[in-house]
Amino acid sequence: MMNSAVIDKLLLLFFHELQNYFTLAGRTFARIFRRPFYYREFATQFDKLGFSSLFICILTGLFSGMVMALQSLIQLKPFAATSYVGGMVAVTMIKELGPVLAALMVAGRVGSAITAELGTMVVTEQVDAMRVEGTDIIKRLVVPRLKAMLLALPLLTIVTDMISIFGGYIMSAGYNVNPIMYISGLPQFMVFQDLVEGVVKPAVFGAIIAITACYVGLNTRGGAAGVGAAAKKAVVLSSVLILICDFFIAKVFVVFRG
Amino acid sequence: MTSSDSIRMEKLCYSIGGRKILENFDFLLERGVNRTILGVSGAGKTTILKLLLGLLNPDSGSVFLGDLCITGLSESSFMQQRKRIAIVFQGGALFDSMTVGENVGYRLFEEGRLSQAEITQVVIEKLSFVGVEAALNLYPAELSGGMKKRVAIARALAADPDYIFFDEPTTGLDPIGVFNICNLMQRLQTEGKTTLMVTHDLATAFATSQRFTFLHKACMLFEGNEEEMRASSIPEVQEFLAPTDSSLFV
Repeated sequence: MMNSAVIDKLLLLFFHELQNYFTLAGRTFARIFRRPFYYREFATQFDKLGFSSLFICILTGLFSGMVMALQSLIQLKPFAATSYVGGMVAVTMIKELGPVLAALMVAGRVGSAITAELGTMVVTEQVDAMRVEGTDIIKRLVVPRLKAMLLALPLLTIVTDMISIFGGYIMSAGYNVNPIMYISGLPQFMVFQDLVEGVVKPAVFGAIIAITACYVGLNTRGGAAGVGAAAKKAVVLSSVLILICDFFIAKVFVVFRG
Repeated sequence: MTSSDSIRMEKLCYSIGGRKILENFDFLLERGVNRTILGVSGAGKTTILKLLLGLLNPDSGSVFLGDLCITGLSESSFMQQRKRIAIVFQGGALFDSMTVGENVGYRLFEEGRLSQAEITQVVIEKLSFVGVEAALNLYPAELSGGMKKRVAIARALAADPDYIFFDEPTTGLDPIGVFNICNLMQRLQTEGKTTLMVTHDLATAFATSQRFTFLHKACMLFEGNEEEMRASSIPEVQEFLAPTDSSLFV
């Protein structure tokens, strides 16, 4: 049994971490529009974090679209309602699965990479060297990664959504669903707000991945083992935060939908 | 000598996880007096350098860069003063993703006062000073340990600081590498730079410094010149200078 002193200490530690996390997030957002903008660093990060995640997102989109269509077809066939499969795939992927799956994939691939890179810079004193050279490390290291993720993840999610709809189309064609029925059924269950939701979510998830990975990376301690542990922590933390935030964003959109 | 020509600590305390690293520590680095901080591993030598640079915040006490007390200030508030100081980290701390030239010219690029051509000229001049101008376009991963240290010195020199801190500059180097670093430090001192070094390497320390500070268990046990240190009756100092069988861990 934990006594109250231990619980107090753990709570204190938790709130201290929480405060530092939001302080970093606040300072980062405050610096987004301040000079210098480090365009080269932004371009490098966009390429490293965004473009190189394209293939993994295409694969994720393709197979999740196919499995979504497959499961829907099995459920809808007894009711002779297979023409609705396109709409079901589209609404599920664009509102929910596309943003979440793309974000989880990117969190695993990119979040760990950011943390490992910054963690290595911390333990080899490169971050201290930058500070001594007069660099604002938030502006130099965190802001370009945040900007890259804010732009890249919505784009990757759009690609994931499109590919998943294509995957659903392939599966439906295999089950003799009329292609025109599939395509015309796509907007059946959607309103414009759903498209907005499908872009807002990945932008928020991108910010979560970037801030979490940078926060954990910049607080890395303890050499190579510390870097490994930090990378694992960043992936777990950002994945959990993505799922929690997904619920709250969905809730907000449901409230506004009325 | 005015207070603006010195860097100092007053009654400084610093701890990590409840363990005292420094306790009521007073320290003065005067311009023109090259100093070495000695002590066993874990004595808090590197911590002193980081506290002097404002990279760590003390639990209590004050750090002064010239007349300015930097304790509790944001980094941007004392950046102008800190530009007078450069540091050569233990492993060099070169930026992996940049070439040697970009590393050396980093501060100048950041400041944005000079043109690309002027920065390149400064970079080549500093690399020539440390004898690694051929490495201009190489990446840190392609350099040997000794070359990394020399590039780190060139980077420290780029902004023309008054004080240069060295964190274990000869650790892991062969005798020729050690000789080169000692020689470079002496040349820097001739050019008017004040050096502060932390090391275990007594030969390098006595070759490059006039004053010595000995740390033991969070406190300063000794302060003085080489003669005074060798003649000191403090057992810990004598043991550090000439370890005996009683120094063995087993």
